[in-house]
Amino acid sequence: MGWFLRRVAQSLLMLWVVISLVFLSINFVPGDPAELLLAQDGGSPDPIMVEMLREELGLNRPMLEQYTRKMGDLLQGDLGTSIVDGSPVGQEVMRRLPRTLELIGAAGILSLLIGIPAGVLSALRPRSLFSRIAALLAGTAQSIPVFVLGTLFVILFATVLGWLPAGGFTPFGRDPGRHMMLLILPAATIALGLSAIVFRITRASMLDVLPLDFIRTARAKGVPARRVIIRHALRNALMPVITVFALQLGGLLAGTVLVETVFNWPGLSGMLVAGVNARDYPVVTGVIVVVSAFYIGLNLLVDVIYGLTDPRVRK
Amino acid sequence: MKKAFKSPPGILLLAILALAFILPLFPLPDPLAIDVDARYAGPSAAHLLGQDEYGRDLMSRLIHAMRSAIVISGGAALLAAIIGVTIGIVAGYVRGISEALSLRVMDVILCFPPLLLAMLAATLYGAGPKTLVPVLALVFVPSFTRVAHASVMTVRGQEYVDAVKLMGASAPRIIFRTILPNIAGPLFVQFSFVVVMSVVLESGLSYLGLGVLPPEPSLGMMIGSARATFADQPWLLFAPCMALVVLVLVLNAFCDHLRHVFDPRNGSGA
Amino acid sequence: MTKARTPLLQVSNLTVGFQTGPGYRDVVRDVSFSVAGGETLAIVGESGSGKSVTSMALMQLLPRATSRITGRVEFQGTDLLTLDERRMERIRGDRISMIFQEPMTSLNPVMTIGAQIAESILMHRRIGRAQARAEALAMMDRVRIPSAAGRFDDYPHQFSGGMRQRVMIAAALACQPDLLIADEPTTALDVTIQAQVLDLIKELQAESGMGVIFITHDMGVVAEVADRTLVMYHGDVIEAGTTTQIFDAPSQTYTRALLSAVPRPGSMAGIDAPTPYPVFDIAEGRMSPPAERPDTLQADQPPLLEVKDLSKRFAIQSKLLKRVTARVHAVEGVNLTLRRGETLSIVGESGCGKSTTGKLITGLHPRDEGEVVIAGRKLDRVSAAERAHDIQMIFQDPYASLNPRLRVGEAITEPLRIHGTVPRAQEREIAAQLLDRVGLKAEMADRFPHEFSGGQRQRICVARALVMKPKVIVADEAVSALDVTMKTQVVNLMMDLQAEMGLGFLFISHDMAVVERISHRIAVMYLGQIVEIGPRAEIFGNPRHPYTRRLLSAVPVPDPARRNQRGAVPVTELKSPIRPPDYRRPAQHYTQVSPDHFILETGAESL
Repeated sequence: MGWFLRRVAQSLLMLWVVISLVFLSINFVPGDPAELLLAQDGGSPDPIMVEMLREELGLNRPMLEQYTRKMGDLLQGDLGTSIVDGSPVGQEVMRRLPRTLELIGAAGILSLLIGIPAGVLSALRPRSLFSRIAALLAGTAQSIPVFVLGTLFVILFATVLGWLPAGGFTPFGRDPGRHMMLLILPAATIALGLSAIVFRITRASMLDVLPLDFIRTARAKGVPARRVIIRHALRNALMPVITVFALQLGGLLAGTVLVETVFNWPGLSGMLVAGVNARDYPVVTGVIVVVSAFYIGLNLLVDVIYGLTDPRVRK
Repeated sequence: MKKAFKSPPGILLLAILALAFILPLFPLPDPLAIDVDARYAGPSAAHLLGQDEYGRDLMSRLIHAMRSAIVISGGAALLAAIIGVTIGIVAGYVRGISEALSLRVMDVILCFPPLLLAMLAATLYGAGPKTLVPVLALVFVPSFTRVAHASVMTVRGQEYVDAVKLMGASAPRIIFRTILPNIAGPLFVQFSFVVVMSVVLESGLSYLGLGVLPPEPSLGMMIGSARATFADQPWLLFAPCMALVVLVLVLNAFCDHLRHVFDPRNGSGA
Repeated sequence: MTKARTPLLQVSNLTVGFQTGPGYRDVVRDVSFSVAGGETLAIVGESGSGKSVTSMALMQLLPRATSRITGRVEFQGTDLLTLDERRMERIRGDRISMIFQEPMTSLNPVMTIGAQIAESILMHRRIGRAQARAEALAMMDRVRIPSAAGRFDDYPHQFSGGMRQRVMIAAALACQPDLLIADEPTTALDVTIQAQVLDLIKELQAESGMGVIFITHDMGVVAEVADRTLVMYHGDVIEAGTTTQIFDAPSQTYTRALLSAVPRPGSMAGIDAPTPYPVFDIAEGRMSPPAERPDTLQADQPPLLEVKDLSKRFAIQSKLLKRVTARVHAVEGVNLTLRRGETLSIVGESGCGKSTTGKLITGLHPRDEGEVVIAGRKLDRVSAAERAHDIQMIFQDPYASLNPRLRVGEAITEPLRIHGTVPRAQEREIAAQLLDRVGLKAEMADRFPHEFSGGQRQRICVARALVMKPKVIVADEAVSALDVTMKTQVVNLMMDLQAEMGLGFLFISHDMAVVERISHRIAVMYLGQIVEIGPRAEIFGNPRHPYTRRLLSAVPVPDPARRNQRGAVPVTELKSPIRPPDYRRPAQHYTQVSPDHFILETGAESL
């Protein structure tokens, strides 16, 4: 239990540091941040606009005051307002976040279902034809950047074959069938690369575990091969898989930006890309704070799972 | 290390490097020269792979794009390696406060997904290679620190390090002459891995218009802009896609090969 | 014991080959033996002898795709080699069980020990979980795991090595097998724990009448447990017979070499000076007795090394607030002197502080208290570079103590290069001389460490330690990882060098056999303190401290006739020297028993 509380405390501390850094980041920019945000291609911005923006972002107040105000707002769930259209950032993030999570969740499950069994089979017969083909496929899948893969998928399945829609979004409540159809391609795009990673880690980890002494012990006890593989080997081999998978999922929160752009999936990314292009600072920081918080939470979750499966960690 | 290049992935990598760095020394068509009259022109003697929507030479653009991808990624990886490895070795060898502090700082950086950090930087500092290289470097510093730190921790406990201490060797000598050669394997592997990740990240950012700025050619951007005209000009989309995938594929294969070469289970390494 | 019994297991002409490239390389050739119920057969040999491969082949645990096994393994009327994997699974763990060497790695780290014992039962009996649990608990009681019920749901990492080996035994014997194969089951354990585990196996065998195949490299253990013995060398059985025959009249030179390395209490009695091992030429089948030599000790010279009140504590901190919650009192008030040409051994079991003492003396670890004076100069007053000329170290692991990226010639002369005292051109010459001196060839200087065997590497380490011409060498378990024949050679080399150069050795070891050979004096450490120190003959012939006695009585007696004379060793764990933060060591009082022989007066808490 002490282990668990310590881990939670660590995560909260980390979250605080990350949020502080993001909020303060604008102050690290050399020169006048307001002027910089409004600068377009070297042209000098309108001084009145700059003054207004400075007022709006609170940049004319002392740094400490800006900071405490931001943190206070955040504790009340307020992520600030967009410079461009004055809409509250928090609401928009909350509206889009579930869509991104759905995409990641679907891709994650898909990749585990493909990657783990393939990895186990390949570790059991490392020199078989199956292993060679799987390794080749995984190497290729990992080498295709998601936006390239997504683009090729659209061309193949939507433009050429016409089996699936090229992109867009329909809420599940309005048309479940259409919603799922639209989910398939982006989810598969993410899942392909991810399953290659899961496959390789599972395989490597199984290859590490299989020669260990306790596997021999289990076999010497007369435990059937299947049970040795699943109960003894895989259970131990899954730890690194969990770690890497969580790290990847965290990375995906951002990596989906590209996929969402390719498929016009209205998750966080559209908001983020628009924010970056318009240099809409509150929008960008808002999204980053939420995503980073999620990422930290995910890592905490992994550690907890780790602790539950491996008794040695709990010490 | 030489042995690592004498392998199929190594030779392919050298071939790509030669293509990207030696070919531009020859009089290729200017990758930025616009020729509106020859929009979407097919292959010709002057333009071997044809011309794009502004009539620019496709082959020139591909070669320059690959070169800039390699320069940006390699530069960022090198910067990250120098900073990260130094911090990691000091943390692992000196221990104490420097270790706790540097590992915490790395943990903080790791809390930001790389692409997000790059986008935040693009918002604050504007897009372009000047932002891209430092940001990519920053993103990958922790991975080098961790690998270097973990390797130093493993190596410093070995009895041969104790033996060198008893010979009266100074700390710098122990670090550079005894420890560094023994952790070089994992660091080379990490370096090649980071180059791959940087190439992918750079192309993604360029695809979003946040990386290399037009009109300079970049693979990501070429893919992005060719999507719209795919139905009529599929080649303009496939060519940069292929170039990017081949580049990443070869880098990945080389990375795997390095990993294999330096794996302690396959003999004592190169 | 003499009455004829039908054999339980009859192995005939067993040959095992492993695939190498296109063909197979035989690693076990034409091995035949039998084991009857209630009988113990020992298979003895060094690494590479094929003893473990033989046991794995019997159990069909070798990978079927890459190994080739021929011959017959008849067990209760069936040839095991003809069985497929499914039928073999039914025999493993039920009729034939196996325990292994490494108790630390042979249990699944993420399964409770109770589940691992119960698993054996569930695999072979049609019973429910509750009943399997009850039987597993009964089994834990039988192997004397204290408060079994409370520990059923604990994980392996919560147990000590000895207790884990008990868990392994419980899991192996849960189905009451007819045959137990024990593959070096006590090699990784401390000697007192080894004695407990050997006792346990013997008791359980007496209760159940199972046959036991005991695989080991240690002739002392063989004498202790085996009715009959098989000696293997490079894949062949070179000698077989009753254990008494083998010990009394070994027919092979190799067997005699193995036996010479076993401690025989009293065999050195009456000999004052350390004596090298006899030299065996196994290829020629000859033995030459150790050369006569004068004692190397130069008692009239001032001491080389003086250690006064040496102490070291390691703080155990709470994770969150980094408060010191306890301290490991690793070394407590150690006093030593070492003279020219003298070997002082420090003996004790794991965690007693002997290795830490060595590291404090060489300066590898900073010490908390005390003083180390080498050749009349205080350690702190001497720079690291100068210290290198006074004291060097030889380490335990011959695979970790050489930098894998340096050629051995460079490794040997690296100290010279650090100090820059010798021109580069001379380095090669010096390396060649030293290689020659430690019994290797000068041409080997250009090879890398991984091209050498463990024994050769240890010779290289000796050469490296010598290049600075030090006065004192600390040898920390320097021969413990070596096979018996290598061990005797390296020990002889060290003794020769001592005679030649007047070196002082601080020989840290848990191996009483080697210690008896090499030492002038012995210090016995327990819980960080020296509990007894004195001349070798006194410590072995007249041990006075209770811990010394316990330690010596646990060493296997290499005489099959005296097998059951050792009293049962009580089931105790090794104590740990962890104390509360405010702990203050009571003053140490040493009593002099005879000239040079001192024992620590102990309160009850020490033992």
